Amino acid sequence: MTERATTMPPAIAEIRIAGLSETTWRRIGIVALIAFGIALPFLVSKYQSFQFTLAMIYAVALLGLNILTGYNGQISLGHGAFFAVGAYTAAILMHRFGVPFWATLPAAAVICFILGVLFGLPALRLEGLYLALVTLALALAVPQILKYFEGWTGGQQGINLIKPKPPEWTGIDKDRWLYYLVFIVMLIMFRLAANLLRGRTGRALIAIRDHPISASAMGIDTARYKTLAFGTSALFTGIAGAMSAIVIGYVSPEGFGPFLSISFLVGSAVGGIATIGGPLVGGLFVQFIPNFANDISDAAPWAIYGACMLICMYTVPEGAIGYLGPRLGRLLRRFASSSS
Amino acid sequence: MTMKHILAATVSVVAIAIAGTVALAAGQYGPGASDKEIKIGNTIPYSGPASAYGAIGKGDAAYFAMINDHGGVNGRKINFISRDDGYSPPKTVEQVRKLVEEDNVLALFNTLGTPPNTAIQGYLNDNKVPQLFVSTGADKWNDPKNHPWTMGYNPSYRVEARIYGRYILKNIPDAKIAVLYQNDDFGKDYLAGLKDALGDKADKMIVMTKSYETTDPTVDSQVVALQGSGANVMITAATPKWAAQSIRKVGELGWKPTHFVTNVSVSVGTVLTPAGLDKSVGLITSAYVKDPTDAQWKDSKDFQDWTAWMKKYYPDGNLADANIAYAYGASATMVQVLKQCGDNLTRDNVMKQAANLKNFAVPMVLPGITISTGPDDYAPFKQMQLAKFDGHNWKVFGDLISGGNGS
Repeated sequence: MTERATTMPPAIAEIRIAGLSETTWRRIGIVALIAFGIALPFLVSKYQSFQFTLAMIYAVALLGLNILTGYNGQISLGHGAFFAVGAYTAAILMHRFGVPFWATLPAAAVICFILGVLFGLPALRLEGLYLALVTLALALAVPQILKYFEGWTGGQQGINLIKPKPPEWTGIDKDRWLYYLVFIVMLIMFRLAANLLRGRTGRALIAIRDHPISASAMGIDTARYKTLAFGTSALFTGIAGAMSAIVIGYVSPEGFGPFLSISFLVGSAVGGIATIGGPLVGGLFVQFIPNFANDISDAAPWAIYGACMLICMYTVPEGAIGYLGPRLGRLLRRFASSSS
Repeated sequence: MTMKHILAATVSVVAIAIAGTVALAAGQYGPGASDKEIKIGNTIPYSGPASAYGAIGKGDAAYFAMINDHGGVNGRKINFISRDDGYSPPKTVEQVRKLVEEDNVLALFNTLGTPPNTAIQGYLNDNKVPQLFVSTGADKWNDPKNHPWTMGYNPSYRVEARIYGRYILKNIPDAKIAVLYQNDDFGKDYLAGLKDALGDKADKMIVMTKSYETTDPTVDSQVVALQGSGANVMITAATPKWAAQSIRKVGELGWKPTHFVTNVSVSVGTVLTPAGLDKSVGLITSAYVKDPTDAQWKDSKDFQDWTAWMKKYYPDGNLADANIAYAYGASATMVQVLKQCGDNLTRDNVMKQAANLKNFAVPMVLPGITISTGPDDYAPFKQMQLAKFDGHNWKVFGDLISGGNGS
């Protein structure tokens, strides 16, 4: 164990492919992905740009869930609730107080962080299945609570929002404008998550997930990290919710049913739990697979959806990125050793 | 110029003229319309908790299938594209955008539910796509000034409440009215409609109102308080669970008011049986669609047509499902609009003709009720008839009552 720990890092650092280190290759990959993301709206129709915008929003929501469930091992079946709170924060601020749309994102972040921390406190005493049940209760309760505060939330009728218009100088339409806004926010959120999870905090979260007792024996403040994980996770998902309200231009309780929370969990498992790239794939799954299922069968779309899910879980139980990531790395290394 | 040249010139001029008239006769087309077909889009929950309404979408599709088998509308087949939105507004937005931007439908028809329709209303009006005969009972669809591309269909809750109010004014002049309502838009539409109808007598006649939340376990205490007000008329504007409680409690208290119940909660199976059929005798509600289980319609032509159609085009459908009778009428209304459009199938003209229905007799609607619309009137149904429960069935009685605004 100790031997591996001391010998592995230099071994990785030495690998060079075509004269470039693995980190450089990784960076090139990311830059290529970003370039693809920038070009995408001009390769597809306005409607498809809108769909990809939604997929990116789900990716940010899944990223939040992944921090909690993937890295910290706390299962949440209630992240649709934080998504809803973020969406309603944006909607109420824009509609009632005339706050510009971009300013609602930090507000949603703060409110969801506080809510997440508050919810995380009792969650400390609950493990595994029990936590899943309590968070499911949250998912079930939120749509009804939203109806209860009708004066603020507009009740059943919801709130209609005016979608932000692109400034003249951009020369692009509303859909592509929103796509780029969401794209930028998504990049920032992924960057923040990567910094958080690849560092000390990430290691602490993983240690708590894998060995809570040894983690606390090593001096990690388990309670503090678990609560913070809850708060941060809710923050990410809340920002995604706020963006969804802005992009769709309407919020109502029906949009945030318990199924949303479940599809988040499915998406993050399919994408690859405890990976940073996983939520991207998961977001695409959450957005496109129900449509795909519907196109195949009007009569039983959810049976098709279930089948897709089973195929994913059966063939790649560690999720798309969980499966591809290490294999890609190994492939590169093999390529490096054979060419050198 | 030789004779031959002149002849050739004349022939070509005539040919051009003929070609011109042919082109005119072929018609003007907006997106989704052509010589061969008319594309109509729809969203409805086929999955999820509200999937019982899916029968409406299937009924619409089955009606258009029948029309197509009979040669379509003015020689054009209807291509009805109905998509599942699971009653989730974000999904509705996505599906409707697909219908408009990728499938290029001419118009949206009978999209279901108040929240889903609210979510797409702005988009459709911005893009000038007709949103016709939306399947919801909210009052806000009749708003041609602000939303000229959206038109309602169902008589709204407010129209229904006005009808109760007018009946009370005429038949129970000394009424002291108690109202139990759900504390949301649905319940408040009833209060508003009742006040519309009673006018300046409203303050005197309505002696007490009590609301409940959908989170309340029972409405017993509200009903007891309402009885205590000394009212002799009770109006229950509640969704099924609480309507059943209200009917049961009124019966248990031995209170014998003239009891009106919203037609949202009149199912014999899910409301009256749990409340107690003996306690339900004498309840009054209102109706506009023929109840397919009511034996008195079995000899009427439209009912027989409907049953034959069900057997051939919708054999899986439940012959007792009033939703399918509703869908049959709504689709017939859509077909009427398309007929009126003739060869001018632009979105402008579809909207113009939808607002130009004159006393159209809708099949599977109570005898005498017709629909009319105008440029300033986007509420097709304005009349209903009251029905009383006799312990087994609802029986319509009395004249048609108008629930339109104004007297």
